[in-house]
Amino acid sequence: MLIEVGHYALALALALSLTQMVMPVWASRTGDPVLRSITVPAALATFACIAFAFGALTYAHVTSDFSVQNVVENSHSMKPLIYKISGVWGNHEGSMLLWVLILALFGAVVALARNSVPPILRANTLGVQAAITAVFLLFILVTSNPFSRLNPAPVEGRDLNPLLQDPGLAIHPPLLYLGYVGFSISFAFAIAALIEGRIDAAWARAVRPWTLAAWCFLTVGIAMGSYWAYYELGWGGWWFWDPVENASLMPWLAGTALVHSTVVMEKRDALKVWTVLLAILTFSLSLLGTFLVRSGVLTSVHTFATDPTRGTFILGILVLFIGGSLALYAWRAPTLRQGGLFAPISREGALVMNNLFLSAACATVLVGTLYPLALESLTGEKISVGPPFFNLTFLPLAVPLLLVVPFGQTLAWKRGDLAAASQRLFIGFALALAITLLAIAVTWGGPVGAPLGIGLGAYLILGAALEIVTRARGKTVGLSLRRAAGLPRSAWGTALAHAGVGITVIGIAAQAWSVESLATIQRGGELRAGPYVAVLEGVLPRTGPNYTETVAHLTIREGGDPVGVIEPGKRFYASRNMSVSEAGLLTLGVSQVYASVGETGTDGSVGIRLYYKPLVLLIWLGAVVMALGGGLSLTDRRFRVGAPALRPAVRDTAGPVPPHSVPAE
Amino acid sequence: MTAIWFIFALMTGLAVLALLWPMSRRPALATVPEGEARIATETGFYRDQLREIDRDAARGLLAAPEAEAARAEAARRLLRASREPGRTAGAMGEPALRRRRAASAFALSTVPLVALLVYGMYGSPDLPAQPQAERLAHARAAGNDLAAAVAQIEAHLAKAPEDGRGWTVLAPVYLRLGRTEDAIKAYENSLRILGEDAGRLADYGEALVAASDGVVSSKARDAFERALRQDARAVKPQFYFARAAEQDGDRDKARARYAALASAAPPEAPWLPMVRDSLARLDGTAPPPPSKPAMGEEQRSMVRGMVEGLAQRLAAQGGTPEEWARLVRSYGVLGERPKAEETLAQARAALGSDAGKRAPVEEVAREMGLGAATAAAP
Repeated sequence: MLIEVGHYALALALALSLTQMVMPVWASRTGDPVLRSITVPAALATFACIAFAFGALTYAHVTSDFSVQNVVENSHSMKPLIYKISGVWGNHEGSMLLWVLILALFGAVVALARNSVPPILRANTLGVQAAITAVFLLFILVTSNPFSRLNPAPVEGRDLNPLLQDPGLAIHPPLLYLGYVGFSISFAFAIAALIEGRIDAAWARAVRPWTLAAWCFLTVGIAMGSYWAYYELGWGGWWFWDPVENASLMPWLAGTALVHSTVVMEKRDALKVWTVLLAILTFSLSLLGTFLVRSGVLTSVHTFATDPTRGTFILGILVLFIGGSLALYAWRAPTLRQGGLFAPISREGALVMNNLFLSAACATVLVGTLYPLALESLTGEKISVGPPFFNLTFLPLAVPLLLVVPFGQTLAWKRGDLAAASQRLFIGFALALAITLLAIAVTWGGPVGAPLGIGLGAYLILGAALEIVTRARGKTVGLSLRRAAGLPRSAWGTALAHAGVGITVIGIAAQAWSVESLATIQRGGELRAGPYVAVLEGVLPRTGPNYTETVAHLTIREGGDPVGVIEPGKRFYASRNMSVSEAGLLTLGVSQVYASVGETGTDGSVGIRLYYKPLVLLIWLGAVVMALGGGLSLTDRRFRVGAPALRPAVRDTAGPVPPHSVPAE
Repeated sequence: MTAIWFIFALMTGLAVLALLWPMSRRPALATVPEGEARIATETGFYRDQLREIDRDAARGLLAAPEAEAARAEAARRLLRASREPGRTAGAMGEPALRRRRAASAFALSTVPLVALLVYGMYGSPDLPAQPQAERLAHARAAGNDLAAAVAQIEAHLAKAPEDGRGWTVLAPVYLRLGRTEDAIKAYENSLRILGEDAGRLADYGEALVAASDGVVSSKARDAFERALRQDARAVKPQFYFARAAEQDGDRDKARARYAALASAAPPEAPWLPMVRDSLARLDGTAPPPPSKPAMGEEQRSMVRGMVEGLAQRLAAQGGTPEEWARLVRSYGVLGERPKAEETLAQARAALGSDAGKRAPVEEVAREMGLGAATAAAP
């Protein structure tokens, strides 16, 4: 009965979100605040209903209720409990339910944020959010109903795709969805602003925390997906420029641009029209990603099942929201009041440059992802656009952007002084250069790109640190420390996020030094990768809860001394008749030794692929630091009261407070 | 199952109540006293914000100059919001009251209507939840041990997937339960672990045939070939080879194979009638080979019973041309050509010379190549 109640709750949520969608429109026609305020309980009730439905589906999965088709297709009574729970969203229907759950969650939080968003804006935003929720609920109920029943129920389920039976499934999709779907709020805010025909610095302050929160989740979500692919696929790669990855990278790039352009809008009341467009585009790219991944246009582990009606439906949603919002934009944007002009050498100028580079990078990824698909559908010719294309187009855009980041931080608002900024950055630049030269000297004869990348990363980290130092510098050390502690949290957050980028860059650059070796070895045989030697101690069979495993027991030695043991294996899942390789990882500091098992010979020999990946963990740690920086900014009290900020840096550097430090009206 | 409808009604009621709740409250205009829960208006929002800034400044969360700037900003917005009376004009008076009634009516009707409509289309309110533990206990209690036994064997095999005997036991049960794919996998496991054996190879082939709706696929053929290599006299592979030839349209080969099987068979062999039927079907040169696996004896007699019933009724009371056509076809499919001919003649007599009426019957006759079809045509 619980399942049917969950199903009904989902239908009820659809009805509620329809009401929530209609009320603000009615309210804005009549100017009645009461009608507008209905959106708040509606948003909360919608969330409660969807959360209940999600709970009911989870219950069905946990108790292995095979009268639910979704459970039959994706679960097995012998599956460990954690995968019974994470398996709820490890399939098409359940993951779409998680999608709307998060959509409704954001709606509910906006509904509760009565102190940071003006009521008219909030009601209109909730109305737009409800429209998105309603359409996706309809999609779920009509084409991918997770509550479809089977009678009589089969005795056993078909189990979850073994690739997905991993703790990563518990973390990666929810985080990624929090990011993807979080941008729906920025989108809803943008549409609400277009409907209202009014947009100003207050709008930017209202939308910024949401965008920043979504951005943080998306950052960690992508990093988690990358790490998962790294250890699960057994190839040791962490980014493949695979269309599915690109689908998540595009909203991230656009979202990063959005986070920066809202700052300009908040501080200078400029770039309004562009920011609104960016908010629309960011969510559109999230939707495009959902379409590419879910419709079966691309086949991957994310596709689950291909069903043409679903693809058509999502395409319809895509056309409705992207086409509709862009049409609205074309109609209403000219009526928005333009902001003032500004000098190219200024912080806002640097942020515009950041936006330019990020959107160009996003466009290249878009072209590289969609061109092969378009070509295939038009001519039937299959081409693959891979790393060479992206390395040639993406890197030339990313590197200059990263070079500019510390400058942008150092420049003042309105009118910056390039010479002064360079002077302040000089120490950082010199130190980074020294690190680069040192790296070249130590690894003489190795790849040239790696030391340069390391230098770039160091330069970013030092630039971020210098920004804090410059702003906090006082007469004595004690005073400096007090001042540093007194800096607004958003300043710390910015510095931390930019340092995170540097950390990731170092991790990526160091991969040029990674070593790979491959051999078929017998028991007692050895394999070398970099400074490490793996010795095969034996090949053992093992039994898991719903699989059997062949494990290669390897001892890792460095210069004769054992440093650790890894056990890469191959798991066989009888219920799916599928084999999955499990990589063995040995973490040494932030570097890793990575092994995966290939074919097992009849004579006890086994094919081992061994990698040494120096500093590889920095790639993902950098992303975590970026997200932490964003999170720190979010805790800045000024975000919540929506207060305009005075910049202490202005007071520190030059005399009287200029009048424009309060946003111009 | 009224309980579930009661719950649905309760949920719907709660949802509608939540929507109506703000309408029962007075709208806050500029003069509403502090602290009272109320409808958010633009002016109220900025008033709240001013108060919050004061609180934060007092607690030291905001530095004094920042608080000052924030206060100025909020005050400016408050001023602008209060200068725009149009935005809250709709909050009062008779039209507002009527509008709120309309909104209530909207919520009261739309929410239950949409929810019930959508749920009615996709829901199955009568189906109880069936958690596995409960279902197993239920099956055991009801003496329906098959499901429980299957689950038990499956549980055992999940722990010890290299137990070939378990797979061998499970495979035919799967096939009987209609879980063809699982049966195939079970046979594959059994063959992989225990090695090949004519009987299991033949059963495996049969499962493959069942999976492809009766068509002897190349994979199935391969399995039968391997079975014959193990035991050249195995009946099942030979039978399916004949069936394969029949499906390929090679009648002579099929007939030869069926005949060989029939002649070598001990007279009491249970599968002999099936072979004879196949032979009869081939000799009758008419009915297309059945796409489903051949009927079991029980099914056959049931079908025959139904056909006899129809024949008696038609002979006694007459019937529609379609019914006559069905009867002729049934005899043809059952391989009883004389009966079919006889029925055809009866049908022609009963339906008269009206070509339109006789069309369905003649169609069947032509299709099955039954007696002087062309001669009798007008």
